[in-house]
Amino acid sequence: MYKFRLFVAADTLNSVQAASNLNALCKAHLAGRHEIEVVDVFKDPKRALAEGIRMTPTLLKLAPGPVRRIVGTLADVARVMQTLGLDADAA
Amino acid sequence: MKLERSSPVTALRKSPSGILGFDEITGGGLPRGRTTLVAGGPGCGKTIFALQFLVNGARDFGEPGIFVAFEEESRRITANAESFGWRLPQLRRSKLLFVDAQPKLDIVQSGDFDLCGMLAGLALQTKQVKARRIVFDALDMLLALLPDLAARRREVYRLHDWLMARELTCIFTLKSGAGEPTFTSPQPYGFMQFMVDCSLILTHSVVLGVSQRNLRVQKYRGSSFDENESPFVIGDTGFNVAISRILGQLDAKVTQERVSSGVKRLDTMLGGGYYRAATVLITGVPGTAKTTLSGAFAEAACRRGERTMMVSFDSDGSEVIRNLTSVGIKLERFVKSGLLRMVSARTITGSAEACLVRIKALALAHRARCLVIDPVSALSNSGSEVRAHGVAERLIDWSKSDRITLVCTSLLNEIEGQAVGDSALHISTLADTWIHLNYLVQAGERNRGMSIIKSRGTAHSNQVRELILSNAGVTLADIFTAGGEVLMGTMRWEKESAERVASEVAEVAGKLKRVSLDAQQAELQVRLKAVQTELVAKQVEKTLLASTTASRKAVTLRGSVRIRELRGGDAPRRK
Repeated sequence: MYKFRLFVAADTLNSVQAASNLNALCKAHLAGRHEIEVVDVFKDPKRALAEGIRMTPTLLKLAPGPVRRIVGTLADVARVMQTLGLDADAA
Repeated sequence: MKLERSSPVTALRKSPSGILGFDEITGGGLPRGRTTLVAGGPGCGKTIFALQFLVNGARDFGEPGIFVAFEEESRRITANAESFGWRLPQLRRSKLLFVDAQPKLDIVQSGDFDLCGMLAGLALQTKQVKARRIVFDALDMLLALLPDLAARRREVYRLHDWLMARELTCIFTLKSGAGEPTFTSPQPYGFMQFMVDCSLILTHSVVLGVSQRNLRVQKYRGSSFDENESPFVIGDTGFNVAISRILGQLDAKVTQERVSSGVKRLDTMLGGGYYRAATVLITGVPGTAKTTLSGAFAEAACRRGERTMMVSFDSDGSEVIRNLTSVGIKLERFVKSGLLRMVSARTITGSAEACLVRIKALALAHRARCLVIDPVSALSNSGSEVRAHGVAERLIDWSKSDRITLVCTSLLNEIEGQAVGDSALHISTLADTWIHLNYLVQAGERNRGMSIIKSRGTAHSNQVRELILSNAGVTLADIFTAGGEVLMGTMRWEKESAERVASEVAEVAGKLKRVSLDAQQAELQVRLKAVQTELVAKQVEKTLLASTTASRKAVTLRGSVRIRELRGGDAPRRK
């Protein structure tokens, strides 16, 4: 089971793009075996502080370990897959 | 991104920085509720300036602050700042918040991103501590993460708008290369200089082997400011900007109060001593007892119980004390009691400005009312002369406005010094009292002569006096002029003793004369008495004679009447 937490900044362009990119990626490669939690930093700044989030959007892959962080709209799919350790699965 | 703007633009107010000299340059501090850019090369003092702004705000002006550290860890920053005595741990609890925002190294980037996450967190923290001031230290570190100039601009303006909406007084520090931005080589973040309301440039250069730090206000929207470069120093208590008196400032209050120069006759010559808060310049070639004269002043000040500081560029404090003890000026006990502070300025390195700032800081810490700088001409040794002159001016301005009586000595060139030359820093024109010491070589002797060249607002003696140093102290002696020549030293002594002998002889002769006159007087008085007695005897004799004559006549008359009666004569009666 893949667990993700995505920090977004309300409905800013970058954040909206990141959310849809993540959804598309999960649908394509991790159908049925993923959880996505979306945290809006403006609504819940305490969590953003606790996680040390400076830039939005930031994606945290919590499981399976190790924890990875990716910053940005997740537009570079190959890079994201590689970081998440999904490139082998995809092959 | 919502556009939030504070609707009515209020008149410009200022946030005092509490940094020595800086608030004077800017007429009150940084623009309140606006942004300020502090740019400079490595080691310029950007972080210290920004941190001190926060510390002073939190401690002295009731404005809590947040320090966002992009470059150094906050732990290290606070450790480094400990040496300034700002007591950060105490402030950190409630009034000063440090946010570590160093970019994480293991971050993977894919596509565009923005700084909303940080702003959301900061918004919360700002509320928590009720922050009014905020510092982003090394903003360039953050901007370097952004892929292109457009993104940088966008995020900086996003940050700027966010700050404006909250009316936070903000400092961005930014690294910049050497030199100022020009059209041909624009700085990478030059746009920021246009965005902010106030821009400061810090530079650190080495001129003739001497380190010079300068601060310049490049722009300040809606406010006048001192446009020149102002030297500054990072001292024991932090940032310290050198300023001259700014036009329009009130003149220092003048006083009629006199303070003793430590030499009694010199006080008399000056009509009572130096004025309180005056600047006294003592010039002379080496060895003319400049230090001794200033030491006498220091001793007199300590005797009055005034806190005094003596800065020596030539020798260590203990050496000065030992040397002065040999002429009867005993300063050691005052050093022990804490009244006198000896500072060996040989240990102060750096520019003249740095020296002045150090001296000022030490004098403030010591709460000195009297200050001796020996010699002030040492200031011109480091750095350019123009600057040193400015330093001397500021020194005098400062001492006057702080009502410190300042005695400076100044070394004169041996050759020029013979003719009353100008002192190296042109202090002589600024000084209130100028005492000149020189040697007079005559009959195989060198003797010290002292004269008052000027003393503003005081009638003063025009005569050259001989300055005599002995283990009993410093004294002044009249000099003799004989046949148009000035006599000093042994010749004066010979002349003096010859006069002394002559007067003794005259005194003895006088005594003799008096004694003999007394004797003559006594003799005459005795003779007078004898004559008087004789006179009385003669008078008695004379009276006796008269009475016997009368009685004899009466007897004779009675006899003749009786005889006539007896004879029954008819002689006519007599009356």
